[in-house]
Amino acid sequence: MEKEPKGDDGGDLKLLGLTVSPFVIRVRMVLQMKAVSYRYIEQDLFIKSDLLVTSNPVHKKVPVLIHGGRPVCESSAIMEYVDEVWAASTTGASILPADPYERATARFWAAYADSKLLPAWVGIMWAATEEERTEKVDETLAAIGRLEEAFGECSNGKAFFAGDSVGYLDLVLGSQLLWFGVLRKMFGVVVIDDDAGSKTPLLASWAKQFVETDMAKEVVPDVDTAVEYLKKLQAHRPGSTVTQLLS
Amino acid sequence: MATAGSGDELKVLGAWASPFLVRVLFALQLKGLRYEYVEVDLKEKNELLLASNPVHKKIPVLLHAGKPVCESQLIVQYIDEAFPASGPSFLPADTHARAVARFWGAYVDDKLLSSWKGIFATKDEEENAEAVRQTLAAADALEGAFRECSGEKLEWFGGDGVGYVDIVLGGLVPSMNVLELAVGIKVVDPDRTPLLAAWKDRFCALDAAKAAMPPLDRLLENAKKYLAEISFKTPASK
Repeated sequence: MEKEPKGDDGGDLKLLGLTVSPFVIRVRMVLQMKAVSYRYIEQDLFIKSDLLVTSNPVHKKVPVLIHGGRPVCESSAIMEYVDEVWAASTTGASILPADPYERATARFWAAYADSKLLPAWVGIMWAATEEERTEKVDETLAAIGRLEEAFGECSNGKAFFAGDSVGYLDLVLGSQLLWFGVLRKMFGVVVIDDDAGSKTPLLASWAKQFVETDMAKEVVPDVDTAVEYLKKLQAHRPGSTVTQLLS
Repeated sequence: MATAGSGDELKVLGAWASPFLVRVLFALQLKGLRYEYVEVDLKEKNELLLASNPVHKKIPVLLHAGKPVCESQLIVQYIDEAFPASGPSFLPADTHARAVARFWGAYVDDKLLSSWKGIFATKDEEENAEAVRQTLAAADALEGAFRECSGEKLEWFGGDGVGYVDIVLGGLVPSMNVLELAVGIKVVDPDRTPLLAAWKDRFCALDAAKAAMPPLDRLLENAKKYLAEISFKTPASK
């Protein structure tokens, strides 16, 4: 039996996930940034494992971090947990700024990206009619427009929302980029436009830098993997909700 | 009572009946912080609200030295982080316990509140009845959470004292009381959820809660008007 990798404090660390899930990707990126070793266990969300069901009995969703046998659920809670356990003094900078107002701002836009942007683009993929699809595309573009403005406000001319290095909001939005690739490939929908005359030039530049980071290269699967997963879902689960789709 | 700090005035934009406002006022009261309350009429355009929360145009908004913080749970977290010297921390010291508190805080809005809204969402009585079942199931889960979080004392989600989840769920207490009085639905029930029922009474006895909650009779009158407007029929219970 393979030896369980230990987290820095000796407690063994496992992550239950789905490689294409934005909620899982963002957690894996934090772990990668902190240079924390863990055992990754890919989950089949169609046939849920006993480990998943016992570790997250309330939601039966991924990601679940199991540290020294104790589960932590909800991607935002896991991100803050990892940030706190493997704090700046040990390895890697904190993903949340020190200033409370800046923290509130990062959390606000992260919540926006998950509650307004994400359901909109998921809606594009599951739309039953052209009319519905158009509506969802409009919602997606409106939300990304807001985030373009937010980037201008938050970044102070630097590469990332958090400044010189990747932070909480970068991870939450960055973890959705894989699926923007799927939308372009399968639906011809461009969420972040990197052409001249783009409405999202700042985010286009941000996205380019984000995908070039070590943690993005390590953690994010290629677009074709996500495309295959979507096809599998379309075959088995018509009319799925966000939660069934990606966590 | 401590002040907010030299020149850093606190202002809260709210609507008196809002459970989200109760959370923010309760948190401020717990920290002993002074603030100015500004009632916003949501039916009319309010320039200050639009300038402070252009994205969602919703209350509550906390303005700290003029800078807006939006979303009730984020405001509560902000109050905790910006005023560490004022009163006890809302989150526990232990990192795993903090993660558990954040989990249940999210659960209150993602599961309990979303089901609750569903009770009044449509004219379909079967759908409304299902929403009631889901709301009660969410409350049952929170009963389990209370046992998990409250330690030996079984008094507060926060363990030794009032904590984050007490604040987040506490905002809904006036609405729970109104729901029971107006339509007979008991989200929290001494038979079904005895720990939460005792917790609710304990919450209502706190000075900080009394200062944060709207008057029950006014809230009930408001609710009855709304229920009449939507021609609500109480779903038959199983």
